[in-house]
Amino acid sequence: MSCVTHYTGNTCVHRLDPRTRLLVTLGFSLLMALSNHSGVLCVGVVIGMMLAALSRLPLKPLLKRLARVNLFMFILFLLVPVTFTGRTAFSVLSIDFSSEGLLWSTLITLKANAIVLVFAALVGTVEPMILGHAFFHLRVPAKLTHLFLFTLRYLDLFHHQYITLLRAMKARAFRPRMNLHSYRSYAFLLAMLLVRSLERSERIMAAMKCRGFKGKFHIITHFRFQRRDLIFCILSLAVGSILLGAIYLNIWRIW
Amino acid sequence: MHIAEGVAPVPVAAAGALVAAVGVTIGLRTMQDRQIPRAALMSAVIFLASLVLRLPFGPSSVHPLLNGLAGLILGWAAIPVFLVTLFLQALLFQYGGITTLGINTVTMGLPAVICYYLFNGYIRKKGTGRGGFLGGVAAGVTALVISFVLWAGALLLCGKHLAVIVGLALGPHLGLVLIEGLFTGFAVSFLSRVYPAIFEVPSGREGNGSA
Repeated sequence: MSCVTHYTGNTCVHRLDPRTRLLVTLGFSLLMALSNHSGVLCVGVVIGMMLAALSRLPLKPLLKRLARVNLFMFILFLLVPVTFTGRTAFSVLSIDFSSEGLLWSTLITLKANAIVLVFAALVGTVEPMILGHAFFHLRVPAKLTHLFLFTLRYLDLFHHQYITLLRAMKARAFRPRMNLHSYRSYAFLLAMLLVRSLERSERIMAAMKCRGFKGKFHIITHFRFQRRDLIFCILSLAVGSILLGAIYLNIWRIW
Repeated sequence: MHIAEGVAPVPVAAAGALVAAVGVTIGLRTMQDRQIPRAALMSAVIFLASLVLRLPFGPSSVHPLLNGLAGLILGWAAIPVFLVTLFLQALLFQYGGITTLGINTVTMGLPAVICYYLFNGYIRKKGTGRGGFLGGVAAGVTALVISFVLWAGALLLCGKHLAVIVGLALGPHLGLVLIEGLFTGFAVSFLSRVYPAIFEVPSGREGNGSA
C-alpha cells in the first residue's frame, strides 16, 4: 500500500519529456492566474479537459481531486454574491445575490479548474521520483531537490510505522474520542514517529558517508528532448501567445 | 488552512512566492548537506501526520497543523520543509495549489520560525518538567494564531469580499487552537523527556560538514 501515487499509463502525454511538461504547466498556470478574461479561462478549461482525456486520467481520482477544489468554489458561490455590492441578479428568501459577485465566483472557478486539470494531466502523470530528477535538470537548488527526494523515499516507510503503532494502540483497546487521553495518545504516537525518523536519519547519513556521499546525487536517468517534445513546445507556445493576445487585445470575451 | 488554487491574483501570488523564496533560501543556507536526511525524514512524518492523523473533534475530526512543532525541531529549515510538503499535497491531493504554493509556504513556515525563536531555548532549558508541556502549548497556540492571521490577511488581499470566508473560518479555528495547543504540548513534553536532543537544531555554521 502506498500513499504516493501518480497516474500511470502509456499515452502520448506520458511519453513527453517531464521537464517540458513541468515548464508548460508552470506557464499555463501563470497565464490562467493572470487573466480575468472569461473567454480565455473557458478555453483553459477545455484545454485542461483535452489533456486529461489525452492522458487517460482515471476518472474517480480525478473527480475526487476536482471535488476538493470545487467544494471551496461552492462556498464562494454561496457567500460572495451575497456580500458583493452591485446589481442584484436574483433574490432567494429576500437575500440578494449580486451579479458581479456571481461573475467573479464563476471566473475564479473556471481558473481553478483549468489549472487543476492541466496540473493533474501533465505533472500528476510524472512519477514523483522522476519529477525530482526533472528538478535537478531544471536547476532547482540541489538541497531542495534532495529534500524532496528523501521525503518521498521515506513517506511509505513511516506510513507503515504509523499503521503498526496505531494497530498496537488499538490492540490495547484504544478508542479515539474527544478527550485528553486520546489527544495525548495521538501526540505520543507522532512524537514516537519523530524519534524514530531522527534515529533513522542518523543511520542513513552514516551509510551515505560510508559510500562517499559528497552532497551530490549522480543522476543516471537523463531525459531526451525529442521531436514530440519540440512539437508539444511549439503547440503550447502558439496557444499561449494566442491566449495572451486575446487578453491583451481584449477580444473574445464571453461577458 | 490553505488558499485554494486560482483564488490569488498575480500580485498576491507573486508577493507570496517572493517571501517564500527568501525564507527557503535562508532555510537552505542554515541546512548543511549532512542535515538533509534529518529534515527530510521529519518532513515525511509531518506530511504523513497532516494527512492521516485525525483528532476527534465533536462529531467530526480535525487534522493538526503541526507547524509549531516543526519550527521547534527544524528552525529555519521548516520553511523548505513546508515548501516540499505543500508541493506534495498539491501534487497528490490538490490541497492548495501550484499558484498559491508561495503564499501557503509563508503561512505555514513563517510561524514555525517565529516559534523556534520564541520557545526553543525555553524548552531546551526547562523541557523535562512541566516546562515542556507549557512551552509546547505556547508554541502550538502561537503558530496557529499567526498562521490564521497570515492566511486571513492573504485572503483579504485576494479580494475584500472574501472576508465572509475568514469570518466563517474563525469559529472552528477557535476550537482548533485548543486542540493544536494541547497536542503540541503533549508531543513536546514527550520528546523532551524521551529524546531531548531533537530540540538541538543544527545551525549551518557549526561543524565541518562537506558543503
